[in-house]
Amino acid sequence: MTVLAAPENSPTFAIETRQLTKVYGAGNIEVVAMRNATMQVRCGEVVALLGPSGSGKSTFLTAVGLINPPTTGQVYIGGQLVHDGPAAYGNLRTFRRRHIGFIFQKSNLIPFLTAVENVQIALQLNGASHHAARRRSLELLDYLGVGDRADNLPAALSGGQQQRVAVARALANRPGVILADEPTAALDGQRGRQVMELFAQVAHEQQAGVIVVTHDHRSLDVFDTIYEMEDGAMQRQQHRNQ
Amino acid sequence: MNLATRDIRHNLGRFTLTTLGVGMLLMIVMGMGGIYRGIIEDATLLADRIGADLWIVQRKTRGPFAEISRVPPNLVHRALAVPGVQRAREFAYHTVQRERRGKPLRIAVLGLSWPTDKGHWIPLTAGRPLAQAHFEMIADKSLGLSLGEKVNLGKETYTVVGITSSMISSSGDGIGFFTVADAQAIQFDIPGEAVRLERASREARGLRTELTAKQPALLENVYRPAAELPQIARPQVSAVMVSVASPADLERVANVISGWGDVSVFTQEQQRQLLLRGTVEKVRRQIGLFRVLLTIIAAVIMALILYTLTLDKIHSIALLKLIGAPNSTILGLILQQALVLGAMGYGIAYLLGQRVFPNFPRRVILTDADLLQLAAIVLAISFISSLLGIWKALKVSPNEALS
Ligand SMILES: Nc1ncnc2c1ncn2[C@@H]1O[C@H](COP(=O)(O)OP(=O)(O)OP(=O)(O)O)[C@@H](O)[C@H]1O
Ligand SMILES: [Mg+2]
Repeated sequence: MTVLAAPENSPTFAIETRQLTKVYGAGNIEVVAMRNATMQVRCGEVVALLGPSGSGKSTFLTAVGLINPPTTGQVYIGGQLVHDGPAAYGNLRTFRRRHIGFIFQKSNLIPFLTAVENVQIALQLNGASHHAARRRSLELLDYLGVGDRADNLPAALSGGQQQRVAVARALANRPGVILADEPTAALDGQRGRQVMELFAQVAHEQQAGVIVVTHDHRSLDVFDTIYEMEDGAMQRQQHRNQ
Repeated sequence: MNLATRDIRHNLGRFTLTTLGVGMLLMIVMGMGGIYRGIIEDATLLADRIGADLWIVQRKTRGPFAEISRVPPNLVHRALAVPGVQRAREFAYHTVQRERRGKPLRIAVLGLSWPTDKGHWIPLTAGRPLAQAHFEMIADKSLGLSLGEKVNLGKETYTVVGITSSMISSSGDGIGFFTVADAQAIQFDIPGEAVRLERASREARGLRTELTAKQPALLENVYRPAAELPQIARPQVSAVMVSVASPADLERVANVISGWGDVSVFTQEQQRQLLLRGTVEKVRRQIGLFRVLLTIIAAVIMALILYTLTLDKIHSIALLKLIGAPNSTILGLILQQALVLGAMGYGIAYLLGQRVFPNFPRRVILTDADLLQLAAIVLAISFISSLLGIWKALKVSPNEALS
């Protein structure tokens, strides 16, 4: 795959990666989890990322999420170079807080905070007042159908309910980038589809770039673009609906 | 939203138990400080309370508390003759150990110079000072004797007429106040057989002298008590206490008496120093060292507790970092818990101590200064011991939230 001739600092892309490679381990046992993965996600675009287990999807997503630096290659967020190889530009943690919403494969919630507090904290970390943060959190939880469990601790919620609280937290700050690693694995088909549609809606309304790792082929029509990873390599797919 | 209290609430049972443990540990540290203070207080208590300006003791001894001192009772009259001396009293002091209801009863026997000193200066919690020259005693509460109780010491029976509290010898034994004569009777209690043997030997010696050959009636004298024999001195006292008329006289009087070849003289302050440097010095240093060690141990244990508390939360901390929480949030979480642990531990230590320490066999004195000092130390420990946890928390990668 050739490198696209995008201009430096192009503001049109919410997310752009160039030739991302990740090599785990050192010495004799090296695992190349990702090789030359290049992707562009426009503002308002919803991308599905498919691929068999172990193909490097999570590795890619965490690199874009600025928590797992690539071995080589660049990551641009909102047109700004954030990672060039392992080197980082700017305060990654502040960047994540302001611009990136995450939903990850496994439990995402802080066990000693209630559902609503888990959402609230993301808002309050960005300077929202307690009151405003609580109101918006409750709204989001209501929208995701877990409003009645707002005051429960994560341990008292089902896997699907926990996942929806995590979705609410990821959306809370209206981030420019939303990254979700199999967010619907614990949800039934209908709920799963609802969450996917929510992502699409948020992407379109907020002009956010969204990447969703999924195995659920029934909801693929929700996405604008589909990528597939195979043994660490990234491949853009023709959209089914096109 | 306060993360520290949320986490504590979530793990309330465990946190409570941990705080209780830290509290008990701090109670021991607190108690050690109190024991240290108590030993110093007890050591100088007698010398302080008895209110003598000068102590005259046997030449070259550091008596009467630090070692045995013997001076003749007539020293009182010599001291009174020195200009500037207002009062001179005999002081007899020694410790006896007897049995009472199958348990050892240690009494620090202190003789009051009857009739000039009836013990009016002794702070009584019950009863009255001595009212007769013999067979009465004032007992410290720690001896476990009750008012009106009769105690057999030597050949006599003494009645407890007054009770004091916290009148203790430097080794921690309760003091019993008697008249000097009684104190000596208790000390020089000689068994009948010893008396008979002494008389026999006196008689044998007397028979060999020319004097008794000429005047056989003299021999009758040998059967009289030793104390009544004109040529044998009365049993000696431990020291003589002198009160001067005005503070200005103190040095002058001390100078005069120190010129006497048979005695040494100490001021009240010198007597204090003798007690602190001599008798209790080693105990004091040992307890002081122990206290320092315990403080260090408490710091280490608290560090370990805070470290494991942090380890338990490491996933949450990684997650907080992942959603972009700044280091100050994470630092605040750990530090606040450290301070809560320290503060509550201190509170528990204080409350427990108030109940436990009074039951200790020796006095545990908690002074405000010591309590404040310990509070500052606990605060410092809380900060220092959270460093290990903070270090671990700052090192963890947000990636670990995903594993
Ligand atoms: N920390 C790591 N150290 C070493 N190898 C790793 C590490 N993380 C992932 N890998 C390896 O990198 C490869 C890609 O892993 P990754 O988790 O990205 O796959 P995935 O596509 O997300 O799989 P799944 O669908 O099962 O979640 C795998 O072979 C995995 O074993
Ligand atoms: Mg994965």
